[in-house]
Amino acid sequence: MAPAVSLSELLQQRRIVVCCGSGGVGKTTTAAVLALSAARVGRRAVVVTIDPAKRLADALGLDGLTGTPMRIEGDWPGELSAMMLDTKSTFDGLVVANASSAEQGQRILDNRFYKNISEALSGTQEYMAMEKLYELHQRTDFDLIVVDTPPTRHALDFIDAPRRLSRFLDHRLFRVVISPGRGMMRAVNVAAQTFLRTVAKVVGAEVIDDAVAFFQAFDGMEEGFRERAAAVAELLSDDDTAFVLVASPRRDTIEEARYFADKLAEAGIAVRALVVNRMHPRFGSGVVGRAQEQADARKGTDLGGLYQNLADFELVASREEEHLAGLADAVHPAPVVRVPFLSSDVHDLDGLSKVAEYLL
Amino acid sequence: MAGKGGVGKTVVSAVLAKAAARLGLSTLVVEVEGKSGLATMFGQSALGYDEVVLSAGGGPGGEGEVRARTLTPDDALVDYLRDHGLSRLSSRLASSGALDVVATAAPGIKDILILGKVKQLERQGAVDLLVLDAPAAGHAVTFLQAARALLDTVSVGPINAQAKEVAAMLTDHARCRVVLVTLPEETPVNELVDTAFSLEDRVGVGLAPVVVNGIYDPVAGLGGVPAAAEAAGTTMTSDEAASLWAAAAFRQDRMRLQDEQLIRLAERLPLSQLRLPFVFRTDIGPVEVDHLADRLLAEIAALPEPV
Repeated sequence: MAPAVSLSELLQQRRIVVCCGSGGVGKTTTAAVLALSAARVGRRAVVVTIDPAKRLADALGLDGLTGTPMRIEGDWPGELSAMMLDTKSTFDGLVVANASSAEQGQRILDNRFYKNISEALSGTQEYMAMEKLYELHQRTDFDLIVVDTPPTRHALDFIDAPRRLSRFLDHRLFRVVISPGRGMMRAVNVAAQTFLRTVAKVVGAEVIDDAVAFFQAFDGMEEGFRERAAAVAELLSDDDTAFVLVASPRRDTIEEARYFADKLAEAGIAVRALVVNRMHPRFGSGVVGRAQEQADARKGTDLGGLYQNLADFELVASREEEHLAGLADAVHPAPVVRVPFLSSDVHDLDGLSKVAEYLL
Repeated sequence: MAGKGGVGKTVVSAVLAKAAARLGLSTLVVEVEGKSGLATMFGQSALGYDEVVLSAGGGPGGEGEVRARTLTPDDALVDYLRDHGLSRLSSRLASSGALDVVATAAPGIKDILILGKVKQLERQGAVDLLVLDAPAAGHAVTFLQAARALLDTVSVGPINAQAKEVAAMLTDHARCRVVLVTLPEETPVNELVDTAFSLEDRVGVGLAPVVVNGIYDPVAGLGGVPAAAEAAGTTMTSDEAASLWAAAAFRQDRMRLQDEQLIRLAERLPLSQLRLPFVFRTDIGPVEVDHLADRLLAEIAALPEPV
């Protein structure tokens, strides 16, 4: 295994940093901080965010923006750009690029089933995040791309997504439907017919007509999608790419992060750094018992209250460290970066700078 | 039960179920995201498709039972097809990934399958209260809006009928209410307010009081360490005084921010607030759930009478 490097070294050396982890752990903020920090050491960085909270989006100049990187001006030697992932327009671009003719592209873009894919097909958002990453990687104007990933239910959705989508577009049911010789009518397709009839009965025939029209229009493009999916997968396992796992120290989120780390390991991807947000600060000796003894002995007095308060924080901080220990082992030798639960919330560049002090 | 990721939606589901049990109501908690810390909150190991009893009823105080199960779109599809006499197809459908194809053809179908199953469970009347631990907010609006959206795309057939019944359940304020959960922090509060208005305007659901989770309880003496020490007639090392002081200052800072957010929430959203304390642990087990249930019941008792 490669020797561990610090998070700031990663930001200086790698071309891609992927922030992953479960929802609500501060992934978006962490991604923004990493890009800002890279700009501060002279790199030309871009952060791709998925769904930033409004004030953070404002701070990043992302108000009402679509899928193009926008430069954020600031007092740093490098460059900082930010963009919001626009799943639909990214997918549209991919379709147009892979279509054999403008007509084929337009036919797909107009199809109702296709419109649903970008909104309703599970994994599409994850795939488009990875696709956007690939596009940005092809450009020469960024040294570092930081991607925030969608809050997925399943750890590997965003790694699996390209493969899953090409499998979906290749679904054997639709191979049958669009095969020449009026495929639907042949005996060998009885199963497919039964399936479609059943579905039509449940959701209505027009829905199925849309789907069939889509797969007909899509015919011939699967290969391009498959190749692209393979290229994206390769990029993710490339040495230029570093995965940063983001977590918070509650037991359930630590368990999810652990699951995430295991799944990444199974996919042959190493976690290069672990960022743990919202760690409770430690006050005092760290000896958990004593403050509680004093609190119990002085119950009901002001001093008892103060000891109870100290005991509360000591207990939660020590529990957090306990839970974290197993996860830190699992991602060894990746550095573990602790970001304290701050006394104010983060939603502007000043706030991001404050977090950066702890991250690097 | 709806709220942004990380606000403690599942904890509040557990606490609400426990509080209902105290009132003698039997409760079923339905987890839609598969993973769940719910079972460990009741000292048990895992949840599955089949209902399990998380805490038994019939205690000396006449407690109700708390039960729980998971419900995924695949489960709901298999049940749906079986109920509609199509069980021969169901296993093949669920295993071949075809649900993805169908769900893409008619978006919202996964949500309607789940909500349809919940409606069925409600109609069976086996429990007094059903708590649905919904997908993370943002998704919650889409999730609950699925019925209306499907009524537009699918104009006939059993799914249309299903969507109509689900919409009727969701908009009947006597049958269904949405409990929004948040933390006393700026971003979760903003998201809760947006979600609340979207749910009322676009889905027409009734909102219950909001739950604000993770509030630091006041403690005595935060005002001044030296004064407290003097009053107690004791001396302490300067290190110890500094620790007490730093911890007290941190709690005071956070409590001030929390108060600001509670006020901001009240200004922006005219709903009553049920406030639950931060638990100074990293894991919530049966003891903590019991304690929080006490607090929730006290908060509910203190609500103004509905008009």
